[in-house]
Amino acid sequence: MSRDDILSVENLSMRFGGIVAVNDLSFSAERGKITALIGPNGAGKTTVFNCITGFYKPSAGTMRLNNAGADMRLEKLNDFRISKLAKVARTFQNIRLFPGMTALENLMVAQHNALMKASGYTFLGLFGVPSYRAAEKRAIDLARNWLDQIGLLARADDAAGELPYGDQRRLEIARAMCTEPALLCLDEPAAGLNARESAALSELLLKIRADWGTSILLIEHDMSVVMEISDHIVVLDYGVKIADGTPQEIRDNPKVIAAYLGAEDEEEAIAVMEADT
Amino acid sequence: MAATPAIPRRGPDVAFIFKKALISAVVALVLFSLMIGVRTEAGPSGQLIYWTRFGDLAAMVAVVFGGSIVMELLRYWWGPVDTVRIVPDGAAKALAVARRGIAPVLLIFTFLVPVIFYDQRYILDLGILVLTYVMLGWGLNVVVGLAGLLDLGYVAFYAVGAYSYALLATTYGLSFWICLPLAGILAAFFGVLLGFPVLRLRGDYLAIVTLAFGEIIRLVIINWQDLTGGPNGISGIPRPSFFGIPLTPGDDGLAHKLDIAFSPTHRIVFLFYVILALALLTNWVTIRLRRLPIGRAWEALREDEVACRALGINTTTTKLTAFATGAMFAGFAGAFFATRQGFISPESFTFQESALVLAIVVLGGMGSQLGVALAAVAMIGGFELFRGLDQYRMLVFGVAMVLLMIWRPRGLIGHRAPTVYLRHNKTISAELVEDARA
Repeated sequence: MSRDDILSVENLSMRFGGIVAVNDLSFSAERGKITALIGPNGAGKTTVFNCITGFYKPSAGTMRLNNAGADMRLEKLNDFRISKLAKVARTFQNIRLFPGMTALENLMVAQHNALMKASGYTFLGLFGVPSYRAAEKRAIDLARNWLDQIGLLARADDAAGELPYGDQRRLEIARAMCTEPALLCLDEPAAGLNARESAALSELLLKIRADWGTSILLIEHDMSVVMEISDHIVVLDYGVKIADGTPQEIRDNPKVIAAYLGAEDEEEAIAVMEADT
Repeated sequence: MAATPAIPRRGPDVAFIFKKALISAVVALVLFSLMIGVRTEAGPSGQLIYWTRFGDLAAMVAVVFGGSIVMELLRYWWGPVDTVRIVPDGAAKALAVARRGIAPVLLIFTFLVPVIFYDQRYILDLGILVLTYVMLGWGLNVVVGLAGLLDLGYVAFYAVGAYSYALLATTYGLSFWICLPLAGILAAFFGVLLGFPVLRLRGDYLAIVTLAFGEIIRLVIINWQDLTGGPNGISGIPRPSFFGIPLTPGDDGLAHKLDIAFSPTHRIVFLFYVILALALLTNWVTIRLRRLPIGRAWEALREDEVACRALGINTTTTKLTAFATGAMFAGFAGAFFATRQGFISPESFTFQESALVLAIVVLGGMGSQLGVALAAVAMIGGFELFRGLDQYRMLVFGVAMVLLMIWRPRGLIGHRAPTVYLRHNKTISAELVEDARA
């Protein structure tokens, strides 16, 4: 394959008892690009995410993450190691910030592993060695920079739980970015946002891709966001990949339309599409 | 629940208060009519005799009626945390100043206690007891307040510390200052030991398992007679020396060396400063840890464990370090307890102790150092203060607890101070902060 893929998922299957949530799924995400994973409700998108980010152990298949020459097998890592070693960060469909901590503290927690090392696993930090102080200052600067990027610098010292919904969504993305990920996985980042906030989100994601070169994998139902920013789209239905291509290809794919509109069969969908144009 | 009302009310709602008081009075009437109103007894030949006490009943109902009004008014004036309060501006400002000054004043006063009350052995002993509980409260605060792990078996680590010192000192003759860190390390080891099986548990389930762990330690101590002496305990535990110089009347004692008259109070004063130093060490370490990545990880763990994992935080080691740190402080306190008493037995390490320490942490406000210290003073000191009330002591105590939970459901100091800030160090309202009950 000539493409430079950061993530390649091969023959991924996830079964819960008798239910097959994801069936023999293969797709890849290109480095430095935005890949979207779409599909109707219950198609298995979040299950794929949970497999990639280590919250589920897949029943079968491989997931390869190629970052800076190192080849990681995600299905063999578990839990926190996916974020720590493979540098895959994620956000959640229902926001999971630390509501009782300030926006700044949320971003500091995200830099835990780097700061932990700098504090000599707490022992040096307890006595306030200068190298730890310097590391903490750098961490605060990084957090400040991200707060500035998402326009929340003025609210840095407010509790995350007090922020408006749209700000919380952006803060969660900033928090994921503070782990300095190679691959950023966003689970419905535009859910519950109004049109203006969605547009700002698209802008933020494009900026992340352009300025940091971070590869992005996102699940999204808001087609205006998906079609605008995605470089590549993978469509799932009933745990099976039904289409894979550029936004334009997906837009014209009869199978996708059938899946979304619930048409009886493909011919009918094609008829619907032709009637549209 | 305690959301800010949209329109601040002007005066108390008289009709509402009366209605509530009336309902309370009716409930009291129904409840007490048989309990107080009618008194029955078996007569001399076995028949039932009874007489009525309607006067007492009326008094009781009146007390409930009046009490309900007073309570509503108090609730109205002070209100629960974060509701609009009708305290005048000046008074609020004075309160804020007092709040800032309370910690240093308390600390200075504590330092001066042995000077002021040098002749009052009772006060000194009480001070040592209170400081021991302050230290235990601060230690448990790491586990419950910061990491949000509800631990009902904290006394187990206190026991491990006490027995570690007692056994090491009586068997190998090691001095207090060598045993103290060893007791802390051993207790921390037991903390990790408890931590492993409970890693997946949270909330109530965790509380039950830790409670069982506390009982297991106590039962092992009772039954392992060869090592621990079983229910007889261990006696003749060496008293601490002043860094090698014993506090005895003999020629090699401290008093003789300093050329002053020997007094048994010297040892008490010394013990007082030892526990004060240990408690302050606990406080200092906790405050430092909170501002380090590990402390933030503990608090993040309390807020949302799943998010922690997604950020690459090893939740296993984070939980274990919280258990170990909390246990270590309990171990120090336990070693101190053993050396102060000179005798320990399993009776000192019952579930009641765990419950008391947990009550101190909850009452003080989870995560607040000053709150825990105040709660320890109120709980232990208050308990002694009401000794004169005999059998009503528990009643007074219970009423005080209920009132506190009505006005301050998140403890005396329920809000949270951020560990790092850019511009303003704003405190975070208790409503937003998760707690161990979740």
